[in-house]
Amino acid sequence: MSRAALLVLADGRFPAGGHAHSGGAEPAVAEGRIRDADSLASFCRGRLHTAGLTAAALAAAAAHGVDPLALDEAADARTPSPALRATARKLGRQMMRAARATWPSPDLDALASARPRGAHQPVVLGLTARSAGLGPEDAAHCVAYETVSGPATAVVRLLSLDPFHATAVLARLAPELDRVAEQAAEAARRGIDALPAASAPLLDITAEAHAAWPVRLFAS
Amino acid sequence: MSVHARARLRAEPDGRGGTALPVLESDGPLALRRTRSPHSRYARVTVVGAMSAPLNGDRLAVEAEAADGARLTVDAAAATVALPGPRPDADPSTYAVDLTVGEGAALHWLPEQLVSARGSRLHQTTRVQLASTARLLLREEQILGRHGEPPGALTTRLTVHRAGGPLLDQQLTYGPDAPAGWDGPAVLAGHRATGQLLLADPSFEDAPLPARLLGPTAALTPLAGPAVLVTAVAADARLLRAILDDATRELLGGLKDGF
Repeated sequence: MSRAALLVLADGRFPAGGHAHSGGAEPAVAEGRIRDADSLASFCRGRLHTAGLTAAALAAAAAHGVDPLALDEAADARTPSPALRATARKLGRQMMRAARATWPSPDLDALASARPRGAHQPVVLGLTARSAGLGPEDAAHCVAYETVSGPATAVVRLLSLDPFHATAVLARLAPELDRVAEQAAEAARRGIDALPAASAPLLDITAEAHAAWPVRLFAS
Repeated sequence: MSVHARARLRAEPDGRGGTALPVLESDGPLALRRTRSPHSRYARVTVVGAMSAPLNGDRLAVEAEAADGARLTVDAAAATVALPGPRPDADPSTYAVDLTVGEGAALHWLPEQLVSARGSRLHQTTRVQLASTARLLLREEQILGRHGEPPGALTTRLTVHRAGGPLLDQQLTYGPDAPAGWDGPAVLAGHRATGQLLLADPSFEDAPLPARLLGPTAALTPLAGPAVLVTAVAADARLLRAILDDATRELLGGLKDGF
């Protein structure tokens, strides 16, 4: 595996559009559930161990070579919110464009033509990792990190939270990120039926509320 | 001594427009009774808790099948309360529910609440196989602790397949064994009751319902397949049931043949 390729893929400046999404932090701030660095940390933990674990395992399975179309169906079944399915497919389409320019491969071409409107983003990311010569743990780490870095970055803008404090939240989560990525990669090796389906009721409910806001800072 | 019990039931069309129950097997604390159904085409079975269960270490299972063309309602006489039991070192209890719904069949699976009492550890799995023209109404409610007490450790997984493909797969993990953040702003934010109402019906294939909020803590969402899921959180069991009852009435009222 190439450590540098992992840095390129995980870089927040990788042109895959993730910066426009708050990962559910925008409605949580609006409802007063995220008010400061402590409540941000609690939000990130909850998201990491639910939606984050589920997405990381889908990515790890794609990186491991499991059929991406079967994983895309599994992702749909794990995403009851149509707003979140639309977001995942939009981000998947954007990541696919960046991935085919960066690490072209027949696998990426095949998924792009089978899902022209976008596959779920974690599936695309996992396949991208595979095309870049990276492994299931790498893909799982990328997704687990995105699960918490998106909300942390968004809350800096939404609450004018000190960026040093937001980054400290992420740094303190590092050991848990490693554990979730390991758990995801381990599940991925046991096949599609063993993939976790951890979910968070409030993320699903508030995603639908947020999608209906007439004006919002973040797309999701 | 822990309890191992497996109850089974099977519903079939009786040939006279109603539904027969050729298999109705109670086991241990899981007592099944045929009860009067308000709908003539449906058979109704009520799970009567003959003793309190599950205690930690117990292994309970229910298998129910609505064969092609059958119509079955299964409900319960009382809430299921997961309790710690006498041995502090016992394994978690398990409660496995396996449901099969055949072509043209309908199943209403409407148990009472699952209450996770302090000190209990329960792993519940509900697996459903739907034929492509099967219809399902399923409600699950998780109540975290009896009144005013902290919850036990509760994991529930709901996996639904339709025509062999995945329709819904969700796991919820709460309480002292859950990873941190389960009660935080992304997951429950202090709510102590959570519930799901799933309605799968082939008519949604051509006419899917739009997503919609049902108050500030509940949403009705169309799944990727022909089904809708209501996801709700509430402060307590009573408020949760009110949300799910309203949604049930509205959803069933919207179906053409009043399923």
